Amino acid sequence: MQIYLPIAEVSVNAFLLLGLGGMVGILSGMFGVGGGFLMTPLLFFIGIPPAVAVATEANQIVASSFSGVLAHLRRKTVDLRMGTVLLIGGLIGAALGVLLFNYLKSLGQVDLLVRLCYVVFLGVIGALMFVESLNAIRKTAKGTAIPTRKKHGLIHKLPFKMRFRVSGLYISVIPPLLVGLSVGVLAAIMGVGGGFIMVPAMIYLLGMPTKVVVGTSLFQIIFVTAFTTMLHATTNYTVDVVLAVLLLVGGVIGAQIGTRIGVRMKAEQLRILLALMVLAVCGKLALDLLLMPSELYSVGAVEGH
Amino acid sequence: MLRWLLIALLFALPVRAEEVVLGLSQDEVAITTSFDGSEILIFGAVKRETPIPEGELGVIVTIAGPPEPITVRRKERRFGIWVNTDAVEIDGAPSFYAVATSSPLDDVLGVRDNLEHKVSVPSMLRGVETPNTVLDASAYVTALIRINTDAGAYQLLEDTVVVDEDTLFRTRIRLPAALTEGAYETRIFLTRDGQVVASYETAIDVRKVGLERWLFTLSRENPFWYGIMSLAIAIAAGWTASAAFSLLRN
Repeated sequence: MQIYLPIAEVSVNAFLLLGLGGMVGILSGMFGVGGGFLMTPLLFFIGIPPAVAVATEANQIVASSFSGVLAHLRRKTVDLRMGTVLLIGGLIGAALGVLLFNYLKSLGQVDLLVRLCYVVFLGVIGALMFVESLNAIRKTAKGTAIPTRKKHGLIHKLPFKMRFRVSGLYISVIPPLLVGLSVGVLAAIMGVGGGFIMVPAMIYLLGMPTKVVVGTSLFQIIFVTAFTTMLHATTNYTVDVVLAVLLLVGGVIGAQIGTRIGVRMKAEQLRILLALMVLAVCGKLALDLLLMPSELYSVGAVEGH
Repeated sequence: MLRWLLIALLFALPVRAEEVVLGLSQDEVAITTSFDGSEILIFGAVKRETPIPEGELGVIVTIAGPPEPITVRRKERRFGIWVNTDAVEIDGAPSFYAVATSSPLDDVLGVRDNLEHKVSVPSMLRGVETPNTVLDASAYVTALIRINTDAGAYQLLEDTVVVDEDTLFRTRIRLPAALTEGAYETRIFLTRDGQVVASYETAIDVRKVGLERWLFTLSRENPFWYGIMSLAIAIAAGWTASAAFSLLRN
């Protein structure tokens, strides 16, 4: 069934969009990532103009994250206190990121920078997670218990300590604020919710348990992407609500299913799957940059229209 | 003296021997939610008050979408990776362009008349504004034609205009599903031995209607509330799915 999208001004198959939304929704619920880093390139591929794809994707992520976070709230796997601290850092970071983005735009080549950002971050994070979870799986297979991390480094000497009961942490608010801030900057530049950077940062930098990480990440993503949606809707007029509805119907259902799959799986398995997915997207983007494209020219809208 | 000159001029003007009378199956295209492209039947007759003149008759029909400013970018290899280097802004390239002819285009239309009336895709784009900051701006225009032709946005439909008895003609042109709004300029040319002897212009109005119209207008005129509406839909959908699933489990 073909549907004409009023803002994107293209006609697309409704079932294809429902399917795409469902697929990305499952991943979103399983891993606590918004799925923007997967969905946006997929939308380009089916012919949605890039500006509309990026803006509409933000709106769809609000829906699937909200659906996912409700499921996690019921399981009490959301650290609201940690989420709020991360969010404060995230919003400041996003504002800084937008400023940086506009500065780079005035220099030109912002497109390239975004792609390079993707390749570098996806590559590094994917590789780190992959190696770490592989080691964890090997250790459990051998029967040796994973040593519980008890780092008494710099992170515990910082002031403004706060108790995060759900995560079982008693740490300073400065590291989560900084994590939120830097993810916010990157999210604004790369045009995504930032879950795929936030999730590993929470596990490896803050030492939060994986089960809590997913819900908390989703909680934070809702606000960041809602902010982005409003920004795009009011400045670029590129949010296509018909496209968003089709994607989010699939997305919210997928997120519910994903959350249930995620609960049944072991944390290491979950991480290794996420790592593989991140590496696959990274590889695809890197190939696009390295191989000679079949068409050297591309047609686009005039900047600022 | 002046009077004689005027009379002489009047006689020097060619007499319009043939004229086009045109019909369209529809002069409006409504874009609804289920819009999936539209086929337009263009038909007409050659009106003449003199005997059929000598020379091969040709009929050419063109439909052009509204012109838009666009950017054509070129990639080059820098430090081992492919990046966009140069860009050219082209003003006034139509988003859609179709040419239908009664015989191969080169047979029905001479080079000079093609350029004068901007009929074929290359001659239609010949006059577009390109900045002189780039040396080979024409390469960008060629690339634009290639990309749009591959995407089906620029079409050359030779031998698709049917001409009966040197008088009646008809053709069908399919407008694709991905249409932009605006007036689609439609032109008909009659040619004799490759020279344009008569022409006619009209426009097909392409417009969003109903829900499409309402959403588009809202997004431009009340962007804040449009954004709030989009978020409200998103949150409501997320909540509904979550509530439905917990009902299913219990």
